[in-house]
Amino acid sequence: MANITQDNHRLRLIVRYTVLSLIALIFIFPLIFMLVSSFKPDYQLLADTASLRAFLPVGDISLTNYEKAFERAPIFLFMFNSLLVTAVTVLLSLFFCSMAGFSFVFLNWRGKQLAFSIILATLIVPFETIAIPMLLMVSKLPWIGLEGLTWGWLNTYRVQIVPFIADGLTIFLFTQYFKDLPRELIEAARVEGSSWWQVYWRIVMPLSGPVIATAAILKFLVMYNQYLWPIMVTQQEQYRPVLVGLQYFFQLNTAWGEVMAYLTLITLPVLAFYLVLQRAFIASIASTGVKG
Amino acid sequence: MKTKIMKNILMTTGVSLLTMGAINGYAQTNLSLWYHGAGNPVEAKIIDQIVADFNSNQSDWNVILESFPQESYNDSVIAAALAGNLPDILDVDGPVMPNWAWAGYLQPLNIDQTAIADFLPGTKGYWNGKLYSLGLWDAAVAMITRKSTLTEANIRIPTLEQPWTLTEFNAALLTLKQTGKFDYPLDLGLAWKGEWFPYAFSPFLQSFGGDIVDRSTYQSAEGVLNGDAAIAFGEWWQMLFEEGFSPGNSQDAADRETGLVDGKYAIQWNGNWTALNMLKAFGDDVLFLPAPDLGNGPKIGAASWQLGVSATTPHSQGAADFIKFATQDSYMAAFSDAIGLIPPTETSAAVSQHYQEGEPMATFYELSAQQAVLRPVTPGYVVAAKVFEKALADIADGADVADTLDNAADEINNDIRRNLGYGH
Amino acid sequence: MQKSLPTLTQHNQSGWLFALPGFGLMMLFIVVPFVFAILFSMTNQRLISPNPTQFVGLENYQQLLSVNLLVLDPDVTATGEIKRDNRGDIRYPRIRSYTRNNPDYAHLQGMKEWFSWQWQDKKIAILASDPVFMKAIVNTLLFVLIVAPLQGALALGLALLINQRLRGINLYRAIYFMPVVVSIVVVSILWRFIYDGQNGLLNNLFHTLSFGHFTAVDWLGNPNTALGSIMVMSIWQAVGFHMVIWLSGLQTISPTLYEAAKIEGASSWQTFRYVTWPGLKNTAILVLIVITMQAFALFAQVDVMTNGGPLDSTQTIVFQAVERGYGKQDISGGSAISVVLFIMVLGISLLQRYLTREKN
Repeated sequence: MANITQDNHRLRLIVRYTVLSLIALIFIFPLIFMLVSSFKPDYQLLADTASLRAFLPVGDISLTNYEKAFERAPIFLFMFNSLLVTAVTVLLSLFFCSMAGFSFVFLNWRGKQLAFSIILATLIVPFETIAIPMLLMVSKLPWIGLEGLTWGWLNTYRVQIVPFIADGLTIFLFTQYFKDLPRELIEAARVEGSSWWQVYWRIVMPLSGPVIATAAILKFLVMYNQYLWPIMVTQQEQYRPVLVGLQYFFQLNTAWGEVMAYLTLITLPVLAFYLVLQRAFIASIASTGVKG
Repeated sequence: MKTKIMKNILMTTGVSLLTMGAINGYAQTNLSLWYHGAGNPVEAKIIDQIVADFNSNQSDWNVILESFPQESYNDSVIAAALAGNLPDILDVDGPVMPNWAWAGYLQPLNIDQTAIADFLPGTKGYWNGKLYSLGLWDAAVAMITRKSTLTEANIRIPTLEQPWTLTEFNAALLTLKQTGKFDYPLDLGLAWKGEWFPYAFSPFLQSFGGDIVDRSTYQSAEGVLNGDAAIAFGEWWQMLFEEGFSPGNSQDAADRETGLVDGKYAIQWNGNWTALNMLKAFGDDVLFLPAPDLGNGPKIGAASWQLGVSATTPHSQGAADFIKFATQDSYMAAFSDAIGLIPPTETSAAVSQHYQEGEPMATFYELSAQQAVLRPVTPGYVVAAKVFEKALADIADGADVADTLDNAADEINNDIRRNLGYGH
Repeated sequence: MQKSLPTLTQHNQSGWLFALPGFGLMMLFIVVPFVFAILFSMTNQRLISPNPTQFVGLENYQQLLSVNLLVLDPDVTATGEIKRDNRGDIRYPRIRSYTRNNPDYAHLQGMKEWFSWQWQDKKIAILASDPVFMKAIVNTLLFVLIVAPLQGALALGLALLINQRLRGINLYRAIYFMPVVVSIVVVSILWRFIYDGQNGLLNNLFHTLSFGHFTAVDWLGNPNTALGSIMVMSIWQAVGFHMVIWLSGLQTISPTLYEAAKIEGASSWQTFRYVTWPGLKNTAILVLIVITMQAFALFAQVDVMTNGGPLDSTQTIVFQAVERGYGKQDISGGSAISVVLFIMVLGISLLQRYLTREKN
């Protein structure tokens, strides 16, 4: 009897792992195809799509595609640009959006309802549809920097950063999380004479690790994958990000091996970033997701 | 690999220093030049050389090159123009030039016209009677195949003097199809979206006797894009896909590149820029055949990328000087040798490797000189080209020919009306 | 927001100071450009043009949204007999003879056939001044209606599957989430290899699994399968994200409830129906809203994979907005599309809100 249950248990385990692994296969096979193909010469890459060899590192395997890809485009420059723009935007976004969220949840001010409605409404404006008016605008905006007052933001990093710092979804995520924080903590701090800034910085933010991780990952993905906007605002190679760089590889005769190598290279930083934040991320969604 | 990566970093920082003007030994005035060749090392090498030679050859101007990936080049220029940020010199795709000239992005090119009298017509960009742009090469399209393919199937090899007629062409496709040796007898290249459609296929329409717009006024497409000749063209076009003569819209780009060499296709409708590869693959067996005469004479598209001067530059003379400098035989021959493009003059063709008399690609020079038709020279071309592309894609997918062409003509007319006639 | 006051005091100054950086940036970079887009949509503004901009009122909207009906009588011979073509189908006059320069049908000027059907011996045609945009609306709605519930349900299934204590479960979680972190442009490029009609991975897989009985399908080249193929890929890419949201919801359900259900002897279905699902109500709303928003913005997949074809079967609203505004240089038309989309989605979310509010 005991043996049967044990066998039963083992069988169920095997079934479970099999199901999990089969599903995992569905999610990962295009990525394996990408990685494996990046090591193959073009003719073999294309011929291999006819069989399982598409997923196996067999045949004429080499790093040639990577070498050629680096010759074709300044890949590190593009990655540096993307990571810089992404990192700065994510940091500023976390700061400004959490402050706004804090204000919407804990503070009581005139116009709050209207402001929050506007923020929710912006969620339904796809970026593609406002890009041109925005271009006309940023080309005339002033800036005070090292060279003093200048007009026009084109061909800079800031034009890729500033417009994307604040967004409705990030603010919304923070408000949802803050609503669940124990209110007594805040009230106690206020009674003890803390300023609102101190409440925000010393009490609320330290408790917000999970939501910060969530918002960071979502923002990271959006920013790292910017494409339409950089094409419009960066006329100089020195400011171009990775997805604009991808176009360097689509010539009349596309070298698919190089494309795969490039795709692999630009996907790696995101994967790494995600794996690092994964634990915090899943824990954080666990506490933000529940409030619809 | 490591050293290459290092070089990469060094190069990019070097470039950025240059563009910031930190290295500026001479009292030269900077001229910015935008070019569509990013990601194409062969092309970049030549253009870099021209820029370097020009800068060291005179002391007034210092040209600084900025390269863009071709796919998004036009978007970048339009965005820059909207934002008031155009360079001094920019390259422009021939058929797009009138649009940019009309919009005020370009100014007339100050080059003595007698000096370029012998340039191929497709390399000279005229709009409203003025020269706006000049090309360092032209491009041409031909049917590429193998001598053995045709002789084995007992098909007459067409010549410039005596191209295939429509009946002959259709019969040849059927014969090749019936050999059973090929997936498709003809590869038109529908995998290439965008400008390839009007560039490569509107000459078929013209050879049938139709056109994208009525060139006598440029005010209407009625009757030329949807008249009897156009409908005959549309039905023929649809037949090519219904009969399985050519792969359709979902052809994959990889097959487009390798299909002819792999023997999937018997004949390929392709540009001279692929001719070098085919020459390598087939050697003496390669054939570059002229377009068929579909009723109204054989036609192919003309005009490729050209250089022009932006309307906003205060240094139009320097810009024109650079363009003039670039049109030296040796440079034009260099583009031709490296990429297989057609040298724009007889003298440059004579010093080029592949277009000298007797070389197999000389055909292209003659094709370009004799059969080339410019795409409609109007600012409205940019929209008309998109409409034409969609109409052809839809017809290939089985849409009703007359309705599709009627709708396309309507859309083009509407656009012309909304743009107050595009300044004609 | 309503009940958020720790005390009833006002904090106007601090409130604005905290909200201003974020809110101000959003006003400047989203609201202001969108107001410009609304203004453009009422002019003839072009991307490139030396012509002056003119106010045209609602003409752009009319051009986009006009729909009309036309009933056609069959062609008849002199003797009153109905003409038929060689397949025996009834022949009708061309719609074009009504829609162009026909003074008797001036209200149909410039309209085109959207779709039509035969009723007795008449042909009933629905005309639209912009049938491509109409198809884009239908496709987008179809995409939303199919993808939102399907993706939501699959994500829930995955979340249930992965919400178990097993060694190495975190690895599976990471893998299921992986497509989310890859750019949709990259994903679309990869899936073109999968969907390829000639020697694509998918066709080869089916060919092998069916021992050669499967005939290759041109997934993206066939009007019947193209939109479906894009749906499948989109679900594949985004389902991991919603899985994680569901997962979080699952983890907030108290384990004691499950124990109680177990003691009562509930089946797995009953446990799900009476314990799990009620606990997920708020999560469900969040998932539904986010998926709906994303689905309405469908663009990159279409741009990379099909360009709206074949035969307009994958046209979408945002794709049309971009195609028109940039491709055809018609900013006013593109902006009008954006505004139409905004109003549509706003209407739907207000409806969603209204419905969910009632249930509470």
